[in-house]
Amino acid sequence: MKTYLTTLKKGIIKENPVFFMLLGMCPVLALTAAAENAVGMGLATTFVLVCSNIVISLLRNLIPPSVRLPCFIVIIAGFVTLTSLLLKEFVPWLYDELGIFLSLIACNCIILGRAEAFARKNKVLLSAADGLGMGIGFTLALFTVGSIREILGFGTWFGLSVTPDFVDPMMIFIMPAGGFFTLGVVIAVVNKIARKRPNNISCDNCPGKELCKRSMNNNEHLSNNG
Amino acid sequence: MEVSRSLIIILITAVITENFVLSQFLGVCPFLGVSKKVSSSLGMGIMITFVMVAATALTYPIYFLVLIPLNIEFMNTIAFILIIALFVQFTEMLLRKYIPALSKSLGIYLPLITTNCAILGVTIINVSGDFNFFEAVFNAFCAGLGFLLVLLLFSGVRGRIERCNIPEALRGMPITLIAASIVSLSFIGFGGIVEGIFGG
Repeated sequence: MKTYLTTLKKGIIKENPVFFMLLGMCPVLALTAAAENAVGMGLATTFVLVCSNIVISLLRNLIPPSVRLPCFIVIIAGFVTLTSLLLKEFVPWLYDELGIFLSLIACNCIILGRAEAFARKNKVLLSAADGLGMGIGFTLALFTVGSIREILGFGTWFGLSVTPDFVDPMMIFIMPAGGFFTLGVVIAVVNKIARKRPNNISCDNCPGKELCKRSMNNNEHLSNNG
Repeated sequence: MEVSRSLIIILITAVITENFVLSQFLGVCPFLGVSKKVSSSLGMGIMITFVMVAATALTYPIYFLVLIPLNIEFMNTIAFILIIALFVQFTEMLLRKYIPALSKSLGIYLPLITTNCAILGVTIINVSGDFNFFEAVFNAFCAGLGFLLVLLLFSGVRGRIERCNIPEALRGMPITLIAASIVSLSFIGFGGIVEGIFGG
């Protein structure tokens, strides 16, 4: 029981996919102009992440290692399609808001990364706990950035007006530039509080890491950019 | 005249006003990961442009000639991502076998591209907009050019950041994101340029 809790907690704080592993940046930047969309995106991604982790873990002894990446991609894309059909039917406004980014959950490197780093080596329930933890961590990050941007940019929070009339909303925060800026500042603050070493941009958490190494024949590694 | 006009609009929109990285947030990971050196930015940008064009040329006919007649266009995510993955693997093998020199210099960026949301994004945008086949391929090409431009510009910015003394908490990713924000800000200045030129 304790291992499940540790696995669950790890994704939320210690190994938060956005703040510490720096994965899945695109939706964190694109869908955080409003807190509502941000949380919706987080939950949709969590659903896909838990489902794909479970299925990949169930199939872990059946998928040949050499073709595992295409197999993972198909499984993930299947759940993405399922999610978008469900949302279209039951939560149409969210379906419209998320737009193309709903399909692009299939490319979210957190999901492929967890399949590669965790689900293919661990038991089903543990993989589900890992997926849930990472999903909550991702949602938390989206929620934080989304709240800051919506409050500063629109003066509202989940659609409710929060800033009094004398504060003008700063439109720049809901523009793309504000997205980059807010995420940068949030990561810096988290770094400061967590007293972690500054996180470099490296290939360590990238799901394509092994493919990359293989194709480079041990040449100079791309993570030189770290 | 009408054709060239619509192509110029696509060019300006895709490269400048609706830039994939800076205003649509597609392909942010390679943008942040590979932009440290000019040489790797150039290589990545060229490969992304190539794969975007090829992926659009492959997925566009499949969407309109196979998925739509069969009424399974909701399967586009699965179909497209499979086609892109297969194409990238295939290109990588061909390059390694027949043009090893090119494979060494540019092939290393290929595996990173398989699960790049910019590629899947451009193919989906191209089939959902009202582009014809030629315009779709051209739009993919321009989106790639825009990507290349931003990568190159940003690698210059990062070269400068490297030599600065930055507060500890901001080092690494945070300062890179803030720099990206300022670059993105400069692109806002181009807003409305299409309407301005063509009286949209």
